[in-house]
Amino acid sequence: MNTTVEELLSQKERKFNAKELALLAAYFRSVMFDTLHTRGTGHWGGAASSAELTTCLYFNRLTIKSDDPQWEDRDRVVLSKGHASINLYTMLAHRGFFPIEELSTFRTLNTRLQGHPCMKTLPGVDMSTGALGHGLSIGLGMALAARQSGKQYWTYVISGEGCLNEGQSWEALMSAAKFKPGHFVLMIDYNKVQLDGTTDEIMPLEPLADKLKAFGWNVAEKAYDGNNTEEVLESFAWMDSDNQWPKAVIYNTVKGKGVSFTEGKNTWHGAVIDDDSYTKGMLELNADIEKKEASL
Amino acid sequence: MSDTMRDAFGKKLAELGATHPELVVFDADVSSSTKSAYFGKAFPDRFYNVGVAEANMVDIAAGMSTAGYHPVVNAFAIFLALKATDQIRNTICYNNLPVIIAGAYGGLSDSFDGASHQAITDIAIMRALPNMQVIVPGDAKQAEQALEYALQQEGPVYIRLNRNAMPDLPATDAIGTVCTAIGSDVTIAANGITASFAHEAAVLLQKEGIKAEVLSVPVVKPLDVQTLKNSVAKTGKLLCVEEHVLAGGFSSAVSEVFMREGISCRFDAIGIEDVFTETGPYEPLLAKYGISAEHIAERAKKLCK
Ligand SMILES: Cc1ncc(C[n+]2csc(CCOP(=O)(O)OP(=O)(O)O)c2C)c(N)n1
Repeated sequence: MNTTVEELLSQKERKFNAKELALLAAYFRSVMFDTLHTRGTGHWGGAASSAELTTCLYFNRLTIKSDDPQWEDRDRVVLSKGHASINLYTMLAHRGFFPIEELSTFRTLNTRLQGHPCMKTLPGVDMSTGALGHGLSIGLGMALAARQSGKQYWTYVISGEGCLNEGQSWEALMSAAKFKPGHFVLMIDYNKVQLDGTTDEIMPLEPLADKLKAFGWNVAEKAYDGNNTEEVLESFAWMDSDNQWPKAVIYNTVKGKGVSFTEGKNTWHGAVIDDDSYTKGMLELNADIEKKEASL
Repeated sequence: MSDTMRDAFGKKLAELGATHPELVVFDADVSSSTKSAYFGKAFPDRFYNVGVAEANMVDIAAGMSTAGYHPVVNAFAIFLALKATDQIRNTICYNNLPVIIAGAYGGLSDSFDGASHQAITDIAIMRALPNMQVIVPGDAKQAEQALEYALQQEGPVYIRLNRNAMPDLPATDAIGTVCTAIGSDVTIAANGITASFAHEAAVLLQKEGIKAEVLSVPVVKPLDVQTLKNSVAKTGKLLCVEEHVLAGGFSSAVSEVFMREGISCRFDAIGIEDVFTETGPYEPLLAKYGISAEHIAERAKKLCK
């Protein structure tokens, strides 16, 4: 592990600043790329596009306890785009929920790191996901439970735009606006590429912000750059800025972010990372780590 | 004949609400049909009408169940089993979450609405899901007992409810197999409301000198194999009856275990053949698809030949 990263991660429970988070995200991205290459299976594109979102959540915002993963008052995260499991696992491992070495068991037989996240096997996973379109409904239930029981925890649902193709997502959007539980946030990783092609080719969603508003959501005016930690932190400040629920944030991101030849390409949604691509990709990812380290 | 099953279930929900603060109830715009409205009236703060969106409803309930609540989701059985299968499987069953799936208007009981509303494949679907328990109550009392039982469970339970007023079966203390007639010639194992027809059939058979043993078997999963085995050991013949297609339902469940355990007996099953059903008054409709005292008696008699 990079020594600066190691130093940062040794400061348990610290809320990191934007520059530190940028370094962590760059490093985590390299861990994801490396693990996916070693195991020869998994989803790179959508894991890479969410790296800053999840890093900022797990290392700046969430109130969670790695030594008490089932703590009743913990904030909840539902990764509705469960195929980005390697991203979630990388966060949880470095946040202390299980040993980092266990990442190498990703998708092997008998592992706790199932192909898609499983709450029954892995500490820190608040909900099993994999079939797209469920997350927002489930998160809504968690947020309603908080209100019903007078708890203050937040519920964050991370969805891709492909996930929003599912009709259930729109049922959930309608019902969240009806019940309006507090501390309920939809974070859209809007990388504009799905499995088979671009969002425009597969299922155009625009005008997305207007649709969400029309469904009764409090939508952030700004479409933040979801691959820029300063902007992600800015979006967190917006989440805290008023009491109008439910809230949605649209993050512009790049699928396959960090490895130039994978960026914006649906073919890298779930492709195996071959040795040649791995070598070239790691050069770019390591260069990014150095750059982020230098700018601390 | 007492309350309809749905009335009894709805009232029981409202009653249990008082002593079970963890109980929350969901409906998908059919609460006046399912009768979950009784609960909604008594506990408006713990009642969620999510609109005509069964899949969404099931996942919201699942989310709540991860934070200490025990939700009951109500909708028509056919739509829960078909429109929310993914949610019931991938969210509720995979994670073994304590959510009670109350399928209203089970079987052909929404008789006049016709095939689009009749649940004839729900048991096969629910039974195939790991962690799921499946109960098909035979009368109002069994429906209440099924709910009480389900609320004690740490995982999911599917309860299939009937729409119409049906005869009461002999009462027992808790949900489980009930012997409504003792006999030594043939065993009739009847699932859900077919038990009252089977009981009538036994009376008809008696007149012809055939002593039928009638078992009302509401729990499809886990199946009470022992009681069935004991009866069949005595009679050597088994007729299963169910308000469901014959593929994958109660009769399938019974025959699977009997084959595996090497229990040999003369066997027959009455249920809906490989067809879609139709509109009509409930009892004549059931009769058209083989569920009547006369038809059950006739088939039992054949087994005895
Ligand atoms: C219900 C369902 N249908 C299909 C799939 C297969 N699938 C996995 S990811 C994906 C595209 C997802 O696109 P998006 O939500 O935008 O994810 P991202 O680009 O962020 O990875 C599809 C179709 C699935 N997992 N679930």
